[in-house]
Parts: sequence; structure tokens; C-alpha cells
Amino acid sequence: MKTALQRIYLALIAIFLYAPIGVLMVLSFNESKSRNHWAGFTTKWYVSLFENKQIMEALYTTLILAFVSAAIAMVLGTAAAIAMEAMGKKLRTYTMGVTNIPMLNADIVTGISMMLLFIALGMRLSFGSVLIAHITFNIPYVILSVLPRLRNLNPSVYEAARDLGASPLQAFGKVILPDLAPGILSGFLLAFTMSLDDFVITHFTKGPGLDTLSTKIYTEVKKGIKPEMYALSTIMFVSVFVLLMLFNGISSRKSAGRAAGKAARSKKADRSETDR
Amino acid sequence: MKNKKNIWLSGPYLVWSAAFVIIPLLLVVYYGLTAKDGGFSLEYITAVTQPENWKALWLSVLLSLVSTVICLILSYPLAMILVRSRLSSGSMIIFLFILPMWMNFLLRTIAWQNLLEKNGVINSVLSWLHLPAVNIINTPGAIVLGMVYNFLPFMILPIYNALSKIDENLFHAARDLGANSVQTFVKITLPLTVPGIVSGITMVFIPAMTTFVISDLLGGAKILLIGNVIEQEFKQASNWHAGSGLSLVLMVFIVINMIVTSIADKDGEGALL
Repeated sequence: MKTALQRIYLALIAIFLYAPIGVLMVLSFNESKSRNHWAGFTTKWYVSLFENKQIMEALYTTLILAFVSAAIAMVLGTAAAIAMEAMGKKLRTYTMGVTNIPMLNADIVTGISMMLLFIALGMRLSFGSVLIAHITFNIPYVILSVLPRLRNLNPSVYEAARDLGASPLQAFGKVILPDLAPGILSGFLLAFTMSLDDFVITHFTKGPGLDTLSTKIYTEVKKGIKPEMYALSTIMFVSVFVLLMLFNGISSRKSAGRAAGKAARSKKADRSETDR
Repeated sequence: MKNKKNIWLSGPYLVWSAAFVIIPLLLVVYYGLTAKDGGFSLEYITAVTQPENWKALWLSVLLSLVSTVICLILSYPLAMILVRSRLSSGSMIIFLFILPMWMNFLLRTIAWQNLLEKNGVINSVLSWLHLPAVNIINTPGAIVLGMVYNFLPFMILPIYNALSKIDENLFHAARDLGANSVQTFVKITLPLTVPGIVSGITMVFIPAMTTFVISDLLGGAKILLIGNVIEQEFKQASNWHAGSGLSLVLMVFIVINMIVTSIADKDGEGALL
């Protein structure tokens, strides 16, 4: 009885979170351009999407922006996280405080503050300004993904590598980096997604002539959204869903196999494995 | 790894933050505290007391408070169920945060128009069940719903993290010592999850209070929140001083939030994610 209630509750929340996504998917197959009535099933929007130059351009801008900003944030953020592990308590608290600013600050304030800076510097509001803004709000996500990994690192492994003759760089590349990789990767994924979904900060830091999917949709709201947008979103959502399912399936099978093997060998828990 | 030399690795990041986080905020302070002629002036700060601005601010605080409370009430039991189901937090993050975000945030919010409209999906289901229709589109109620929808994951995750850190033995000890399940919850579970609750509240309240998109899309562009007023000052009126002045008022709320967060996050662990 109790578990049945719990299941129902979980299902209701899942419906709440995914109902709008379902609506958009249905609309992408709607014959009519209107959002409000169903005129029959069609896949024509999935064809005309690829002929729509404006949407394709916005998609290209969005993906490049997300990739480049996440990649740069990944490098800066990982370096910062490693440095933070080495910091004393006080310096570390200050750095954490700075890291929290873009996360806790309102998007609208972040957006206008950067817009004011770019204009004060005489910079043209274009791809460059949006890229800087995205890197800025992406770095904290990388730092917060890498820090827990660093904390669970076994320091003796690095020292052992050094004892065995590895240079600091070799020891880092061959011992530390592989251990941090899952954290760095999930930081990158999170940053990429945040950049992709951002509207507010892009809205303030972009100039005329540059559009991401978000800003394009925003200008279309009043005129009516082109059904091609629903089709594009459905494609993106479904492909990421499939990718994540595959990725999750592989990694959970792997870790299940590893766990079984380990249990057979010894019952001692490995400190670095139990965390994730 | 705790090599002191590594501290220098934070150099590029700290320079970046100074240039693109700190200095921009100081510019907001500068514009907010000066008049158009460049002289010091408080007129754009006190502009918040003008009736229409004051109304927008008050409505923003009210709606975001309501949304935060609803998020908290929905999230706590959900987080408890999720912790007991032993779902790994990795797959939870994916389904709560990452996956929905690949469907654009604006489109997801617009989809709520379809769901909520007079002849929308929800009302069709309700009439099929012979239940009375709900007419909340273009009202503050729809804005609250949009806020809860968009920011619920930010409440669930920190509470989930706090709950999953609790040592199971504490529950056994409490039960052994004669506490019933209500007492165990009030005396053990709740106090230990306060940091998670606090960071959940800050992560929901500020974005909800400062949004202009949700009110734009679900409030029928008639209901102005403080975010809408600021956005219009910048994008339509091009009055940076007025927009910055109101942003400074918002920053008071944000700073209070940051202080609360840093108290809840004493060890500098970064309780946000």
C-alpha cells in the first residue's frame, strides 16, 4: 500500500515534469501551423526544417557556442578545482564565494552586468560577447563537478607514481587525470546543457543579427512559433535521450560487473569506488 | 596533489572572474547610483517606491515565496522516496535536469499554455472526468505553476543530497532508543537536512523572483514582475540607470541569499550541486 502510494506520487511528478515535453512532441507532428488545434498527422515539418536556413543557422550558432564555451570552461574550471584543493581554508572559502556568485546571482543581473561591461569596453555585442558570458556562467558547474572527485582522490597514488620515476606531469596525466575524468566529463556535459538552454544571459549579451535557438524562439513567440522548431526540439531531445540511455546502460553494466568481480575477490570495500 | 604550487592554477580563473563577474557587478552599482549626467544620485534606487515598480516588486516576492513553499512541499517527500529507492544520484540528475533542458526552456514554458488553456489538454481531461474546468492561464496562478515547473529540480537535488548523506545507523539508534517514526523524522531527518533545504530555497527563490520570461509567457504580458520592469528599461527604454537602480534593489535580496547559503555551507563544500 505504502509503496503503491509512493509509486503514484513519483509518477505524478514525472508527468508534471514531462507533460510539456510530450505536448511539444505531439505538436511537431501536427498538420496545422496553429498551436491550438490538431489537423492531422504529418512529418512535413521534419523535412522543411532542414530547408529553413534561419533555424539551421541558429542551431549551428547554439551548438558551436555550447561546445566552445563548455570546452574552455572545462579547462579553466578543472585547473581552478585542482588549485582549490591545495588552498588553505580561508583562500578556499573566498574562491568558493566567487564561484557561487554566477550560480546564485539572478540571470537577469548577470546578463545586464556583462552587457554594461562589454559596452563600457566598446566591444561589439556579437558572438564573442555571448561566448565570454557563457564561459563565465559555465565554469562554476565544472568546478562543482570536479571538486568531489578530487576530494576522493587517494594522495598516495600520486606519490607512488612519483616514487616510481614519473615526472609531475606524467603522474598527473597517467594517474590523476583518469581518476578525475568522470567528474570533468559530467562538468562538461552540464556546462554544455546549461549553455544550450540559456536564454536570459544570451538575450542581454547578444547584438542584432546573431540568434541562438532560444533567442529565435523568443522573437517568434508573438508571431507564432514555426512548427519546425518543435520538430527540431523533438529530434534533439530524442537523440540525447537515446545517447544517455546507451551511456547509462553501458556504465551501469560495467560497474555491476566490476562490483561482482570485486565481491568475488574480496569483501573489502574500495574507498574510491564506494562514492559513486 | 596538495602541492602549494598548484594554487597558481587558479590564476586564469580568478582573473577571469574578476574581469567578467566582479567588475560587471561594480558597473551595475555605478549605473544604479548615478544620474544621467554622471553625478551621484539615489533617484534610481528610490524609484522602486513608485507605485508601479513597488507593485511589481511586491508581486514578485509574493509569487516566488508561494512557488518556493510549493516546491519544498513537493520535493521533500519525493527526495525521501528517491533516496529509499536507491537510485544513483547520477541518473537522477540526468532525468531531472539534463534531459528536459534539451527541449528548450522557452518552448517547455510555452507548452504550458497548451496545457492550461480554456480548451487545453488539462481542461479536456477534466471535462472528460466530469470535473470543473480550471481557468488559470494569464493569471498569477499560471505564473506560479510555471515557476514551480521550471525550478522544482533545484529544490529536489539539494534535499536529495542531504538525505542520502545521513548515516542509516542513526535511524536504527533512534528506533532502538524508543523513538517512533514521527519523532525520528522530526529529531533526526529534518535537522540533518536543513542545509539542503536552505540551499534549495535559495536556488528556487532568486530565479523565481527575478524571472521575466515566465511572466511574459504565462501571465499574458499583462502581469509585470520586477524582472519585466528591468528588462523593459534595458531593452525598450534603453535607460540603463533606471534598470541598474532596480537591479541593485534585487541584489539586496541576492546578497542576503548568498549570506544564508554560506552559513548553511560552512565547510565550503559547495552544497549547490
